[in-house]
Amino acid sequence: MPALPKRPGIDTLAERAIEALIRLCGVSAILFIFGIFFFVFREGSQFLFHGFKFREFFFSQEWYPTSQSHVRYGALALIAGTASVTLLAMALAVPFGLGTAFFISEFCGPRAKETLKITVELLAAIPSVVWGFVGLTVMNKLIIEIFRTPIGLNVLNGGVILALMSVPIIVSIGEDALKAVPDSYREAAIALGVTRWQLIYRVLAPAARNGLLAAVLLGVGRAVGETMAVLMATGHAVKIPTSMLDSVRTLTATIAAELGEAAVHSDHYQVLFIIGILLFTITFAINLAADLIVRGVRRG
Amino acid sequence: MTRPTARRYRLIFTIGLLALAFLAAACSRSKARTKAVIQDTGSDTMVNLAQAWAEEYANVDSTVSVEVSGGGSGTGIAALSSGTVDIANCSRRFEPGEIEQAKKNTGREPRELMVGFDALAVYVNKNNPLNEITIAQLAGIYAEGGKLTKWSQLGVKMPPGSDEIICVGRQSNSGTYFYFREAILGKERDFRLGSRDMQGSKDVVELVANTPSAIGYSGMGYNTPAVKQLRVSKAAGQPAYPPTVETTLDHTYPIARPLFMYTLGEPTGAVKKYLDWVLSDGGQKIVLTSGYVPLPKTGK
Repeated sequence: MPALPKRPGIDTLAERAIEALIRLCGVSAILFIFGIFFFVFREGSQFLFHGFKFREFFFSQEWYPTSQSHVRYGALALIAGTASVTLLAMALAVPFGLGTAFFISEFCGPRAKETLKITVELLAAIPSVVWGFVGLTVMNKLIIEIFRTPIGLNVLNGGVILALMSVPIIVSIGEDALKAVPDSYREAAIALGVTRWQLIYRVLAPAARNGLLAAVLLGVGRAVGETMAVLMATGHAVKIPTSMLDSVRTLTATIAAELGEAAVHSDHYQVLFIIGILLFTITFAINLAADLIVRGVRRG
Repeated sequence: MTRPTARRYRLIFTIGLLALAFLAAACSRSKARTKAVIQDTGSDTMVNLAQAWAEEYANVDSTVSVEVSGGGSGTGIAALSSGTVDIANCSRRFEPGEIEQAKKNTGREPRELMVGFDALAVYVNKNNPLNEITIAQLAGIYAEGGKLTKWSQLGVKMPPGSDEIICVGRQSNSGTYFYFREAILGKERDFRLGSRDMQGSKDVVELVANTPSAIGYSGMGYNTPAVKQLRVSKAAGQPAYPPTVETTLDHTYPIARPLFMYTLGEPTGAVKKYLDWVLSDGGQKIVLTSGYVPLPKTGK
């Protein structure tokens, strides 16, 4: 065997450079997260520690950031708005999403499977502004006609739109989780004479529960963080909803609507960043909970 | 053969450098040839008007291009006081604090130029039997703690289920929001929570057009056949006037307001020429065709 030709020096150099580049890409995700958190926290910190009223923020629904006489930053109605829209969206999206995932993974033939997967992924590719537009025009009229309410921009509208946006995430991640369950489980169960329903309920769901849970929580994260669609579909009214047909305003929509106007470093600007910190904390808590649950499940 | 050699690397490197040099040259050359650009941003009420001016001005002076964007008067003010635009369109005056802020940031004082008038119109759905309204009634509908929440309280008979008055307003950085609050509620009072706060003048009119029991305020230039502009009177028993050119100019329409364009310091060069043209007959004709009220001839 002839000796390998010596590598030119520049080749090893290039390889090292590329290796460094790839490493940088890997680390950058962590850097960005910390960078974003640091930035958001820094912008809001001054007011957070001087003059910020926690009681008012969490327990008052009076959101008057630009009042001439009496400025108040009560975010309770905004928190309630985000919570109500997210809850409704999840109540709709989780059964539909998981159901679709089970159907795609276990019930349909290969052709239907491909078609369905592509269609669901297409659903995920629709920009949120377009969803908002659908909410504003199509859903608004539908809700007015069906429920005989005066206005169709409300929790129901926003919840349905958000559900439609989070279903694709739940379906594709849930389907992956089900695919990861070894076929030997299925074969063993069928050999024992179980029905399809028992197979799903007693074998697949417990085996894939980590992945299914991750799918649901990522869907929740999507719903909490979504801005443009809810801004357009919920009616943008500061109000604690008492029914599904009330208009609400969410935390994200408030930031989007008001940050452009707020003078940089004013109290209003900083309060909007504090809302950002709150949102960050919520999604962080959801992700952490998901991670802990998944770990716990794995160990137990 | 397949492995790139040092020479090949050098070749790629040289080609890359050449391409960069070309790009740089192309950029600098195109910069030298482009027109002077005037950045004009702010009031959503004025965005169509400003756009019409910019388009017409292209025929007057082809060496200047005017770039218009909306977002709200507050957005324009924030942009002007950070020095990122040449002209801020405003449907309200700068607050003293905002003038200070602009001076502090840029070292120059915002200069105000009145360019026309807008009669702030009160819109209801075209099927609403109501034709006129008083300032006090508007305050009762819109103010925090206001007593008017049902159409029947105004003597209007609506179809069953839609008796509730759906307030439609603007987001809090809008000049229209500021003006309406000051003109209707006075300095001391705030809006009722729970009004649907729309992001644009057009959105208000659209929502009112789609919602039988809604009431909203927006610029007079946004009138469509699907909505109705109410006649407004100063107090019960006094005559009510529709929002028109005549009633604005003779001050009989109670909620008409001037429209402004602001610059930092005295305008110079292309900006000054542009603003002079806006005030000329050619520019003022466009105010009228955009649905607003031009400056009176003698008042100039």
